[in-house]
Amino acid sequence: MSILKKLSSNKVALFGLIVLALLILVAIFGPYLYETSPWRMVNRPFMPPLENGSLMLGTDTMGRDVLAGLVYGTRISLLVGLISTMIALLIGIPLGASAGYFGGWIDEALMRFTEIFQTVPSFALAIVIVAIFEPSVYSITLAIALVSWPPVARLVRGEFMALRNQEYVLAARLNGQSDHNIILKEILPNTLSPIIVMASLMVATAILLESSLSFLGLGDPEIMSWGYMIGAARTVIRQAWWLSFFPGIAIALTVLALNLVGEGLNEALNPKLSGSRES
Amino acid sequence: MSIQTLFYIGGRLIKGLLVLFVIAIFNFFLIRAAPGDPAKVMAGEAGATDELFLQQLREQFGLDQPLYYQLWVYISNLVQFDMGETYRQQMPVFDLIMDRLPATLLLTGTAFVLSLVLGVLVGVIAASNHRKWIDSAISVAALVFYATPLFWLALMAVLLFSVFLGWLPAFGMETVGANFTGWDRFVDIAEHLVLPAMTLGLFFTAVYARMARTSMIETSRADFVKTAKAKGMKPSRVTFRHTLRNALLPVVTLAGLQAGQMIGGAVLTETVFAWPGIGRLMFEALFQRDYNLLLGVFFISSAMVVLFNLATDLIYCIVDPRIELAK
Repeated sequence: MSILKKLSSNKVALFGLIVLALLILVAIFGPYLYETSPWRMVNRPFMPPLENGSLMLGTDTMGRDVLAGLVYGTRISLLVGLISTMIALLIGIPLGASAGYFGGWIDEALMRFTEIFQTVPSFALAIVIVAIFEPSVYSITLAIALVSWPPVARLVRGEFMALRNQEYVLAARLNGQSDHNIILKEILPNTLSPIIVMASLMVATAILLESSLSFLGLGDPEIMSWGYMIGAARTVIRQAWWLSFFPGIAIALTVLALNLVGEGLNEALNPKLSGSRES
Repeated sequence: MSIQTLFYIGGRLIKGLLVLFVIAIFNFFLIRAAPGDPAKVMAGEAGATDELFLQQLREQFGLDQPLYYQLWVYISNLVQFDMGETYRQQMPVFDLIMDRLPATLLLTGTAFVLSLVLGVLVGVIAASNHRKWIDSAISVAALVFYATPLFWLALMAVLLFSVFLGWLPAFGMETVGANFTGWDRFVDIAEHLVLPAMTLGLFFTAVYARMARTSMIETSRADFVKTAKAKGMKPSRVTFRHTLRNALLPVVTLAGLQAGQMIGGAVLTETVFAWPGIGRLMFEALFQRDYNLLLGVFFISSAMVVLFNLATDLIYCIVDPRIELAK
């Protein structure tokens, strides 16, 4: 509760939080309130915004409602961002925790493994995975998760290395608690705040990645997404600017809101780390 | 060069080769993990109906042999730079990639230098006006560019600078059919380079500006900076000779680590601007479903990143010998 309070006292973070809350509402209820299907031809193609009262943002190359596309695309963006981040955390946290806690050859081996993933150009890797396993929500989410976990592993490893020799951990060890218990119940809860901050920024990056994949034509063919809308409008940019303009604003706004919330969380949770703003 | 330096570089080289080896094995298994006949997966939809092409692929990669033999064939071909042929162009994959590589190096190289110089400059300006309006303005701008999708920015740049203002060409690397030579050709390519390099560079400028700002503010609290100020040195001299010099290292390190991200950005920028590099080639491979070519581009771009990291290590070694001793 106090975190929310701190967040809302920070004006910039509050702005992010409000935008994010609105986006979540649109993602959940949008398709029920705005019933026009984003796939259905509703009017003549290439109708500019505001020309027709019921089609505020105009129509696309096939006469589909651009606003409907934006509304329906919100859900997939947020969902892919959230779930891929959760999977990335599920890979990165155990890896980083074991590397940091056990040290020695386990650390060495796990970090070499992580390094390989960090060297590989991540977007190119995501493209290759999605292309070969056929574009679908699942392959996209998985590919994004697979390229996003290394920073988590590195962060968690660092935290565990710093905490593993603290007195309360030594006490737990003397008490005869198992490694498993110490990792999960003693150390992990103390590393949560930097993980939460990183996760909120990762959701933002994941949304950018998803839109970039869809832009290249690697989106799920069943689902309308912002990136797909821009990709489909790429070749007609001269005739119809609004087809790529509005979805881009939607992506930028979402990513910006998440970044602002992430920074706000960082200041609220780790006041010492963000000292450059305070002091 | 000392013997230690040689050992250090040798170690780095082996590590880089190991990374490439793992990527090769990954590519190998990815094709075979995909559903269906690997020859068909490799050829994608492009060659799915051409039995002759499939047979050629099967023979070349030994696809009817046991798995360990296939891996052996794959790796030994790769070592000889043989990645098979593309279906459409009827050209060796490796040659096609090498053909396209210079354009990508020109684009990413320009964007890299541009964003590093501009990012550090903007970061320094923000840091020396810490908590004044210009600092806030720069921070907001950096946040916005950081959040804007690269491909969208590229499209908007086309719209503004080519369609509305007509200042710069939006597509390709050279004017088609102009056949410029010498200086004229240089100017022509430079004009085509401006928009792609700017859009690719802007995102990274935002990243480096944020990093440079934080690093500058942190360094400016160090004792040696206080001493320099206390002895009455001119503020601008303190900023550039003392603070910046020491604040630069983390920024450059981060920039080096992001070479891989640059490649990802190049795929998107080259797609929008029809820039004839390997990023555009990757998009074409996707479009034609030529997965053998796709994996080839992926492998070579990874090799580029490994090479770039190696080069940065070397430069560090020369600039600051302490780094290798610390390792």
